[in-house]
Amino acid sequence: MVGDGVKIGLEVHCQLTSLKTKLFCSCPTDYRGKPPNTNICPVCMGEPGTLPVLNKEAVRAAVMVALALHSKISRFTYFTRKNYFYPDMAKNFQISQYDGVGGAPIAKGGYVDLGNGKVVRIRRLQLEEDPARLVYEGTIDTATATLVDYNRHGVALIEIVTEPDITSPEDARRFLQKLRSILEHLGVFDGELEGSMRCDANISLEGGVRVEIKNISSYKDVERALRFEITRQSSLISRGIRVVRETRFWDERRRVTVSLRVKETEEDYRYFPEPDLPPVVITDEFIDEVKRSLPILPDERKRIFVEKYGVSEQNAEVLVNDKALADFFEDCLKHYGKAQELSNLLVGDFLAQLHSLNLSVREVKVKPEYIAKLLRLLDKKVLTGHLAKAVLREMLETGRDPEAIVEEKGLRRIGSREELEKIVDRVFRENRKAVEDALVNEKAVHFLVGQVMRITRGKADPNLTRQIIKNKLEKVRASRKA
Amino acid sequence: MNPLLYPAEKVASAVRNGELSALDYLEAVLERLKHVEPKLNAFITVTEELARRKAENIDRRVEKGLKVGKLAGVVVAVKDNICVKGVETTCGSRILKGYRPSYNATVVERLMAEDAVIIGKTNMDEFAMGSSTEFSAYGPTRNPWDLERVPGGSSGGSGAAVASGEATLALGSDTGGSVRCPAAFCGVVGLKPTYGLVSRYGLVAYANSLEQIGPMARNVGDCALLLSVIAGYDPRDSTSLKVQPMDYQTKLTDPPELEKLRIGVIKEFMGEGVQEGVRERVWNAVQSLENLGARVGEVSLKSLDYALAAYYIIAMSEASSNLARYDGLRYGFRSSDQGLDWNRAYAKTRRMGFGEEVKRRIILGTFALSAGYYEAYYLKALKVRTLIRMEFEKAFKKFDVLVGPSMPMTAFKIGEKIEDPLELYMCDINTVPANLVGIPAISVPCGLSDGLPVGLQVMAPPLREDLVFKVAYAYERTGKWMFQLKP
Ligand SMILES: [Zn+2]
Repeated sequence: MVGDGVKIGLEVHCQLTSLKTKLFCSCPTDYRGKPPNTNICPVCMGEPGTLPVLNKEAVRAAVMVALALHSKISRFTYFTRKNYFYPDMAKNFQISQYDGVGGAPIAKGGYVDLGNGKVVRIRRLQLEEDPARLVYEGTIDTATATLVDYNRHGVALIEIVTEPDITSPEDARRFLQKLRSILEHLGVFDGELEGSMRCDANISLEGGVRVEIKNISSYKDVERALRFEITRQSSLISRGIRVVRETRFWDERRRVTVSLRVKETEEDYRYFPEPDLPPVVITDEFIDEVKRSLPILPDERKRIFVEKYGVSEQNAEVLVNDKALADFFEDCLKHYGKAQELSNLLVGDFLAQLHSLNLSVREVKVKPEYIAKLLRLLDKKVLTGHLAKAVLREMLETGRDPEAIVEEKGLRRIGSREELEKIVDRVFRENRKAVEDALVNEKAVHFLVGQVMRITRGKADPNLTRQIIKNKLEKVRASRKA
Repeated sequence: MNPLLYPAEKVASAVRNGELSALDYLEAVLERLKHVEPKLNAFITVTEELARRKAENIDRRVEKGLKVGKLAGVVVAVKDNICVKGVETTCGSRILKGYRPSYNATVVERLMAEDAVIIGKTNMDEFAMGSSTEFSAYGPTRNPWDLERVPGGSSGGSGAAVASGEATLALGSDTGGSVRCPAAFCGVVGLKPTYGLVSRYGLVAYANSLEQIGPMARNVGDCALLLSVIAGYDPRDSTSLKVQPMDYQTKLTDPPELEKLRIGVIKEFMGEGVQEGVRERVWNAVQSLENLGARVGEVSLKSLDYALAAYYIIAMSEASSNLARYDGLRYGFRSSDQGLDWNRAYAKTRRMGFGEEVKRRIILGTFALSAGYYEAYYLKALKVRTLIRMEFEKAFKKFDVLVGPSMPMTAFKIGEKIEDPLELYMCDINTVPANLVGIPAISVPCGLSDGLPVGLQVMAPPLREDLVFKVAYAYERTGKWMFQLKP
């Protein structure tokens, strides 16, 4: 079967966007929106004679991440030069860390609980400098020129490498979402910023060779790229063609992976300790201090949602996997006490509509008290579920008060018996055939209810409508017997 | 006395008191430079106008009674691997032709703050890789004592400039002896400071873990003065030490005699392979120190047999990575690369931009760091380094300073060793230990052998620059050597 024996490992690079300055110089981390090659200095441009100076805040952030991922923190950590010629590196080496001779990454081990019964183990965490952005004219395999923008070069990255524990593209996506949520809870990372999280994936099928996919830059794309790769590899296998060990590039516009280079051997990066940076000593006191300052994290928050507020496990998992959503939930909860109902709305219609509007939770302009109002309108049966959806959409688009929307558009539920009886009378007159069917077949009643809904554009109270129709049918039956 | 022969301190005080105009002094130096430079080729760039403007500015401030710095009017030559903002910095290489740094090295900032007048950028072996200044893309520098001979290297331009009066003081850099070698060959004083005492920010890296910027001067006092200006913690260099700046000049005669100072002569430095005349001069110098009250003994450091090999492996490995950035993309020389992909374009620029010796060291360093060889070469070299350091620590328990010849020979003829890299590497045998261990080492002139200067090397434990200066100064004061302007 396709997808059997899939092993996926991820190498995730997250910019520590909360830092004011780059990893080794005083250029701002906030490079976005600046003209190319203006957010630079002699140090990050690797001008001859310049020296790196470690941003101590990056070490603190990395220790926070390590604690959140249950990793073992190195008491001595080194920076290591990774030597390779490539235009995205001003020095033609990257100051990184290395798990081997001549290196000691900032932390090793740890895990992320996916919340669906699966756990992904972490191999290591390390700090390194972000490469420059290469801009290809056209696509990577046809470009005749490459432009280099060094604005982001030197921004602090934390690289998180997993063990090959992930078994499906969906779980890969779930892992990234959970990771993002953890990092956002820590306040070291903003996943909303374009290009702040990038990842490479290793994938093998049925114990075959490992293929590396580079240049994946979103949660959706990790799933797409891995799906594509599973299909490509299984199709090769089913045709009896050997999968070769290679590095492939995810082309997000064409949504395909293309071969970059076939790997005969491991690349030789000639790692050696960065002589311009002394080893970093991380003391127990420092770790304790960071530990004490750690904010609440998704798994703990989920427990609170379930145990304290009474939210279902599934809803709580969805809520905490997006920090902004969990925050919004808590904000709404201050105005509306029924946590499970609130979570149903947020996890259900709310997320679905955001998705169709292509909005993120943080872009939502709706005040939490308006969500509470909307839920109360439902409770008071002023709105039907159907009407509530329409009101919610209007709220998401305009940020307006649901009561105002209801008033203005007349979206109030029709709950008056007299009013509804008139409409039912009209439906009976116009649908004689259906009435005959309904007299003998219970299922045809749905059709009549639907007709009432159509005429009232969903405003009719569905229960009351059904009751009136049934009564009326009963009367018809009685009159015929008589 | 001819102002050209004034010690730096006297120049500064004369300028400060209004007895000597900084501009007049500069013009005298420039005149001297124009006279000797065609013979010596000590400079790659002379910053005549920049120097004039600075001198005029100093004079104006003196006239107005404003404060001027410790080096007011003192003319300083800067090795061409130390960045001066806006002034071409080539490192003696074609690949950096046209490169003008966008910033000042920390030492240059400190010179400027003390009102030094920077006269230009001195010639050097390409990227400081050499001991003769013959490996410069801008032609060899000649020794002021004998124009047929090398001035030593790699800071040969700085050595020749100080020896010939083209500058009062100079900055060199010392990765494996590059300050001490030209100091010895040119008959001047040169110091390699403790690793971390002087900021490397703005020193174009050859081998980061070994090198230091060092002062060069005609006498010990001037050398101490220049170190006092450039030394001290710099937050831009993470390997710089957090030590209080010291006025080394006031320590020279504190106390003046060498009573009870224990001097260890390193046996390995005095054995075979050392020129007879050099050994003789050095023994005589040691004798003089003993006469001043020092207690002299001999010490053998067995691990020194491996010092040269360890040094070259570490230096070349670091260099192979440091020099990777020169690809023509952002600054310096770029070969025509129409129709080439970036890989080939890089290769072509580097093939044309680097000289033979630099390419040799990049290739050897690349090899030493390669997977499968790393443990056998680089790591082993680091272990040897630790061993040597431990042996020096032990020796310093018995002796306050260790001495020997700076160079096993006097200046050799231009072209004499250039065909044989190994023979050239062997020249560094006495100087590399101080770089591996990270301790201060000075070369002070101690006489002539066949008409060529010989340097006495004095080493002390980390941050004991005061000790090496004291010993060198005590020797200088015996009057057995007097600075002579050449040619
Ligand atoms: Zn920068």
